[in-house]
Amino acid sequence: MPQMTMVEALNKALFELMAEDKNVLVMGEDVGQDEGVFRVTARLLKEFGPDRCIDTPLAEAAIVGTAVGLAIRGFRPVCEMQFDGFSYQAFHHTEGHMRRFRNRTRGRYTVPMVLRMPYGGGIRAIEHHSEAPEATYAHLGGLKVVMPSGPRNARALLRAAILDPDPVVFMEPKAAYRAFREEVPDEPETLPIGKGQVAREGKDVTLITYAAMVRPTLEAAEELEDDYGIDAEVLDLLSVSPMDTDLINASIRKTGRAVVVHEAPRHCGVGGEIIARIVEDSLMYLEAPIKRVTGYDTIIPFFANERTWMPDVGKVVKAAVETVRF
Amino acid sequence: MPRAKLEVPCKLEKLSVLDPDGKVDAKLDPKLPDNDLLKLYKTMWQTRLLDERCLHMQRQGRIGTYGPCKGQEATPLGVAYTLRKDDWYVPSYRELAGCLWRGWKIGRYMLWWGGHEEGSQIEEGVNDTPLAVPIASQCQYAMGIAWASKLRGEDTVCAAFCGDGGTSQGDFHEALNFAAVYKAPMVMVVQNNGWAISLPRDKQTAAQSIAQKAVAYGIDGIQIDGNDILGVIVAAREAVAKARKGGGPTLIEAITYRMAMHTTADDPKKYRSEEEVKAWEPKDPLTRFRKYLAQTKKILTDKVEKEIETQIREEIDEGVRIYESYELDQYAMFHNMYETPTPELRRQEAELRDYLENGRPDETPTEQSPTASERV
Repeated sequence: MPQMTMVEALNKALFELMAEDKNVLVMGEDVGQDEGVFRVTARLLKEFGPDRCIDTPLAEAAIVGTAVGLAIRGFRPVCEMQFDGFSYQAFHHTEGHMRRFRNRTRGRYTVPMVLRMPYGGGIRAIEHHSEAPEATYAHLGGLKVVMPSGPRNARALLRAAILDPDPVVFMEPKAAYRAFREEVPDEPETLPIGKGQVAREGKDVTLITYAAMVRPTLEAAEELEDDYGIDAEVLDLLSVSPMDTDLINASIRKTGRAVVVHEAPRHCGVGGEIIARIVEDSLMYLEAPIKRVTGYDTIIPFFANERTWMPDVGKVVKAAVETVRF
Repeated sequence: MPRAKLEVPCKLEKLSVLDPDGKVDAKLDPKLPDNDLLKLYKTMWQTRLLDERCLHMQRQGRIGTYGPCKGQEATPLGVAYTLRKDDWYVPSYRELAGCLWRGWKIGRYMLWWGGHEEGSQIEEGVNDTPLAVPIASQCQYAMGIAWASKLRGEDTVCAAFCGDGGTSQGDFHEALNFAAVYKAPMVMVVQNNGWAISLPRDKQTAAQSIAQKAVAYGIDGIQIDGNDILGVIVAAREAVAKARKGGGPTLIEAITYRMAMHTTADDPKKYRSEEEVKAWEPKDPLTRFRKYLAQTKKILTDKVEKEIETQIREEIDEGVRIYESYELDQYAMFHNMYETPTPELRRQEAELRDYLENGRPDETPTEQSPTASERV
């Protein structure tokens, strides 16, 4: 199996689906000639032509808004938002039409499209390029919000998202785009949307996270074992809507302790929902209050100070040790 | 040469065919078959009567807030007339006349205003989208629908509607810009009825016309008398034919007037004078069309008129009956968010079912609740 970065693995998924189904379109700003600012859409224009890999005028609302119309007509558009912070420019179409058409028309029209965006901080970008808006999208029924953490699951989940009969917001951790390589099988592979994975087995505390925070959390788990003798289990949710409640509760019932880790701000963040589901279903199994390691309820600082703001290995280790020693 | 006049190629026209007295410009007359004229008249009149019925029913509490379309029947109807069955019709919410022409069922239309999603479940075989609420947002998916025809190599066309207020939205601009860039087969119709709730047209844009906005997109624009069904048909026919042949989009500005309130939730006396409304009464699209058919064409006799009226009233009564006998499914919301409901939705549905079927808990508990430590 070839070793790939997440960018290469995502490109592989797009390439395969476009080859398999002529209804799959890729559209966005600079996705064609420039091959995407992160090169996720490399080779697509050359291979599939300008009617299938479409360089659009610079208007996020129109990219998503017109894609809704294309999807109603049976296309499967994959829209690229160049950066997370610009997806808000299209928000009224994501909220107002993309997620509503199936329900509004009682299934007469459906919108099988994907809204891809690189998300999160850590690449020293300018303002509006480092947002983590997953809770905003996860709050909207009718959407699925998928958040891969590595090259192999990114490829499998993007394939699942494009094949999904409903609209999917697909948030790619840009800090992980080229941070590491993984073996990605040649054969097409999918993962079920809404199912998480145990990224590391353990018995003392459950660290629940997803996407960009999976790697630092796994590192924290190693440190916890080496330096504190704590055996941490790490859950990689892969999707925050739907959320794998069964996976979370099974782990909590084993460890009795949890730390939730995400990059987005804390207030009304996905972590709150994770904890609510634990409290609803497994309160009596808890041995300690659940801690959250998240971005703070501020705007993510400009890049000179973004590392201070973002969760890191040390913050996760500290929270986990305090939870175990409660 | 440091400074010169910038030449902007454009085709910008103004058109009307049928005047308020029912007299037609013979050179521009689209010369429609009598049968079509009577059918159009039937639909226009039915729209007027259904609109009145909806207003009454709103006052009686039998439907919710209602947005009347009185005075604006000619434009959507004329545009719909020029479309093929397999073309697409993307309304905003004051395009009832075209909806009825396209085959929407009255009972289903009333479901929408009665608060049921099923009112948006467009009939199979009718290529239309449901009423759209966020102003001008429908222009964007309309453009996508038009674009799909082009990408598939089909010759179908998409006609989309918004109002004068909608032209201030970014969506209107972006959709027309995309449509022009990709030469999508789209006909963008602006029903300029003079008012966006309380804001008059001259405060909506400083441009002399809305049609001229076409120039900036590099497409053709035309301003028509939107209360003149024949003029609408002439302009729409040309725009549709051009789009079908790959000539790209056209912007049509139809000058009309909203004779009633924006919706039953507002009082137009607060923002416009009764004289202004009165001045528009002689330009009414329905009386104008009636005069043309009765006096100029002499095909609308009292007998024919009576027959039409009986038929349209019966159809409206039947629609009201269907609407009012509609049975609400309280759980349908859970089944239409996704193709397959998520586990959490199933859980919430079960929670609601338990509440609706079993109500509140017993007032006296049968046994003492265990403590936390006793539970595990």
